[in-house]
Amino acid sequence: MIDKDQYKVEQEPFYQQQKNEVALYEAAYRNRLPVMVKGPTGCGKSRFIEYMAWKLNKPLITVACNEDMTASDLVGRYLLEANGTRWLDGPLTTAARIGAICYLDEIVEARQDTTVVIHPLTDHRRTLPLDKKGELIHAHPDFQLVISYNPGYQTLMKDLKQSTKQRFTAFDFDYPDAVLEAQIVAKETGMDEAVAAQLVKIGGVARSLKGHGLDEGISTRLLVYAATLIKDGVEPRDACRMALVRPITDDADIRETLDHAIDATFA
Amino acid sequence: MTETEYQHPLMAAYWKQLDTRFPQVEEVFEDCMAEALSVLTPEGRDAYLEAGRVIGKLGRGAEPMLAFMEEWPSTAKAVSEAALPAVMALIQRMQKSPNGRAIAPFLQTLAPVARRLASAEQLQHYLDITLDFMERTTGSIHGHHTTFPSPGLPEFFAQAPALLNQLTLVGLKNWVEYGIRNYGTHPERQKDYFSLQSADSRAVLQRERHGTLLVDVERKLDLYLRGLWQDSDHLVPYSTAFDEIRKPIPYYDKLGIRLPDVQDDLILPSPASGGGAGGEGASAGAPSPGPVGHPLPLAGEGIFVSGLDRYRATLAHIVGHRRWSEAQIADNWSPFQRMAVEFFEDCRIETLLIREYPGLRTLFLALHPKPVESACDPETTSCLRHRMAMLSRALLDRDHGYADADLLDYVQRFHAIMEAGASSTKDIAALALSYVAKTRRQSDQFAKVHFDDTVVDYRDDNRQLWKFIEEGDEEEAFDQERNIEPGEEIRGLPPRHYPEWDYSSQTYRPDWVSVYEALHPSGNPADIDRLLAKHSALAKQLKKMLDLLKPQDKVRIRYQEEGSELDLDVAIRSLIDFKGGATPDPRINMSHRTDGRDIAVMLLLDLSESLNEKAGGSDQTILELSQEAVSLLAWAIEKLGDPFAIAGFHSNTRHDVRYLHIKGFGEHFNDDVKARLAAMEAGYSTRMGAAMRHTAHYLGARSADKKLMLILTDGRPSDVDAHDERLLIEDARQAAKELDQQGIFPYCISLDPKADEYVSDIFGRQYTVIDHVERLPERLPQLFMALTK
Repeated sequence: MIDKDQYKVEQEPFYQQQKNEVALYEAAYRNRLPVMVKGPTGCGKSRFIEYMAWKLNKPLITVACNEDMTASDLVGRYLLEANGTRWLDGPLTTAARIGAICYLDEIVEARQDTTVVIHPLTDHRRTLPLDKKGELIHAHPDFQLVISYNPGYQTLMKDLKQSTKQRFTAFDFDYPDAVLEAQIVAKETGMDEAVAAQLVKIGGVARSLKGHGLDEGISTRLLVYAATLIKDGVEPRDACRMALVRPITDDADIRETLDHAIDATFA
Repeated sequence: MTETEYQHPLMAAYWKQLDTRFPQVEEVFEDCMAEALSVLTPEGRDAYLEAGRVIGKLGRGAEPMLAFMEEWPSTAKAVSEAALPAVMALIQRMQKSPNGRAIAPFLQTLAPVARRLASAEQLQHYLDITLDFMERTTGSIHGHHTTFPSPGLPEFFAQAPALLNQLTLVGLKNWVEYGIRNYGTHPERQKDYFSLQSADSRAVLQRERHGTLLVDVERKLDLYLRGLWQDSDHLVPYSTAFDEIRKPIPYYDKLGIRLPDVQDDLILPSPASGGGAGGEGASAGAPSPGPVGHPLPLAGEGIFVSGLDRYRATLAHIVGHRRWSEAQIADNWSPFQRMAVEFFEDCRIETLLIREYPGLRTLFLALHPKPVESACDPETTSCLRHRMAMLSRALLDRDHGYADADLLDYVQRFHAIMEAGASSTKDIAALALSYVAKTRRQSDQFAKVHFDDTVVDYRDDNRQLWKFIEEGDEEEAFDQERNIEPGEEIRGLPPRHYPEWDYSSQTYRPDWVSVYEALHPSGNPADIDRLLAKHSALAKQLKKMLDLLKPQDKVRIRYQEEGSELDLDVAIRSLIDFKGGATPDPRINMSHRTDGRDIAVMLLLDLSESLNEKAGGSDQTILELSQEAVSLLAWAIEKLGDPFAIAGFHSNTRHDVRYLHIKGFGEHFNDDVKARLAAMEAGYSTRMGAAMRHTAHYLGARSADKKLMLILTDGRPSDVDAHDERLLIEDARQAAKELDQQGIFPYCISLDPKADEYVSDIFGRQYTVIDHVERLPERLPQLFMALTK
């Protein structure tokens, strides 16, 4: 038997509610509706799911999707052994069996034929057929499927099929507004709020350059990194260059503009 | 000349030493001598007098001598008196050449030139440039005797101080070089060039200027506006180079933000007071001097503001106006009152800007002049500007150090108002008016106005701050409306200008070639259908090749755990491992992926006169053969489905390069296109580089993975106005390099049997020479397929 508790979230993760998303999620979970969280990278999607799993006291199984992932990576496969074969459940199967929240992170990265296997789990059937094993799993009553995706940098080639999209309820996440974001950065790192507000300001500069040479603005996650560095005693300008500017762009013009914004902010 | 006229016997001795009789010189002699005595050593003084004597005896009248006597002391002060022999050597050379007339202009501008160069070595470089210029532009007959004076030399001397104001010596050398090379044999044009009258003279000057050009940083500024201020607008440059008397000031209106075309870096060495913007205040004790590594090094280091930051300061200021300023009705206020309101309002919005980004304070203070409190005498001069500039400084700079009681009072009142919030233009105007009333002086009306250190050059002209109910005569705009002369009819699209590469100087000639584009005229599409029918056998053969090309877009992906087929090799290996007791590799399948072609092709046809010649071994002209070949190729590419365009070009001097669209990317190979192909005609010359650049303009806009430019030509690049036959070849080579940089693959199909001599120079190895032109219809599509396989 699988140890359920290893998937439990032990400590309360810090999550700052932006609107009423916690209540909405709870309602979705009560009715076991599949959930999709959308939003730019580093805005707190994964943190939110982790927090909800903690709040609901349910195990959480996270799968980071990638291009090479096949359906058997999700569902499970036969392993060859010296004296025969042995079936090994994949994370999705495990979650369906033990009644965990299964979180498929960046689902569009997976190939489209892979994503189709989740379909029967997401409607009224709540079943998962293991055709290789000849088994039909009925999902545990506590099981819930959550996917995340970032509509920002998807190309035409990488989008969810309508048939997949229409199986989920969805949350639209975005970077929190400046005051809230400063609070988040301050709380997360123990930085004082004035400095956090300055960091957020720089983040805002980069976000308004999105589409003008930047694919994605500076995420809350990076702001937290910068604050962590400053907290550790790094000079704020250097910390910002290292954590906020260098990671996101190789474009000299944009780099210079952001560097200037840093200098103008930390006078 | 009697010696008794001079009171001091020494002066008399000097006059004797100078040994001249020119009355004009006599008039100024004493003043010149006084200055000379104060800056020259005794040896230098003797050399000065001796040189003056020599120049006086050149037989060129009083003018050169007069110029020398007046200019040398200050020249020597600026560089060193040791530079005299070099100057004299040049004068001797000029005297021996037909350019003796240029001696006076040379000497007249020597002092300002020397002041700008500021060192003897630099002056020597200047003299070298001059000498080189003189020798290369002085005309000769039969190559023996130099006879005509250099036409541009006197003009050049007249412009030299202004030129050196904007150019480094290297820049000056390049500018002179360009003029000599392009107008060396054309006296009138040479004069225009060196007197800065001609357009390209200015263009080259612009290119060589020092400082930060707006065009180079436009994107950065655009990002700055968007990123930091969530604003955006057109940035329109205005020229600062030619309006010496009245410098234009930045402004904005509904058409965009006007900025100077170039900004020099501002460098003030150490705590400099007085002249220019900035001053000690910014360095001595700015409220919170930035830590080390700050872009504005302060305290003791002097001030450095890059040209880019100066642009940013102007943009920030303008953004401030756009955010917070409201236009006020101007009619009821006097010019003085309006000026005060402008100063106060500028400070208000800058305070708000600094609230947003505290780092701007350092930038503004570095650029803001710091007037010295006692600099203006209210008894004799109008001090209003001075008072306002001081106030403006004090409002931004907490450590202004001014003691005037009214000023301090108003600084306090200003801060009190700003404390409460953003305030408004109206409120701050009220404060400004009361300040003017309080500090008014009779002398404000004086005509003599104190201007030093009162111009804040990063601020705009505040034209948006005012509404005029009645039309005044104070409004002005740089851009005068241009009326198009009736009768000057515009046909087709306006020309596009492209640079041309000048290989001898390794520079571009700016905007050298004008390309006119148009749709190719149409003919009878049935002709092309007939041509295609004639080659139906060839078409069949091509069809087979095309079919072979198509399946190639499937790619096999091996080592898949799950796939469409079993990969036997890997499967067997796994089985062996398994039987042998080792862990087998489960990735025994393979699958397929479709790998779509994504190639945009553009065919550029040389339509020059030589196409009308009969092809060797055939009774058809090259044009007809090209027509057939292009038709077949178009048919083949249409079958393949690649985006494809065709254009033709020919040229008649650099002013008239014609670029004719035959097929656009969006069009299919239909009757319209065939009709244009059928009407193809040949004429004029082959200016290939410009046509390639223009084609790249279209091809570059395509979003394909691979971009292919096929150039079908029958001869070397040439044009009637290019006498040097390497020139256009080198230009085409440069154009090919540019294409490479833009990710476009150029490929040349040459029909010139002698093309080997030059075509590899242009295209490297990306070319084919087709010797049997009559086989072109067959070869061209094959070549295309081979290239894109």
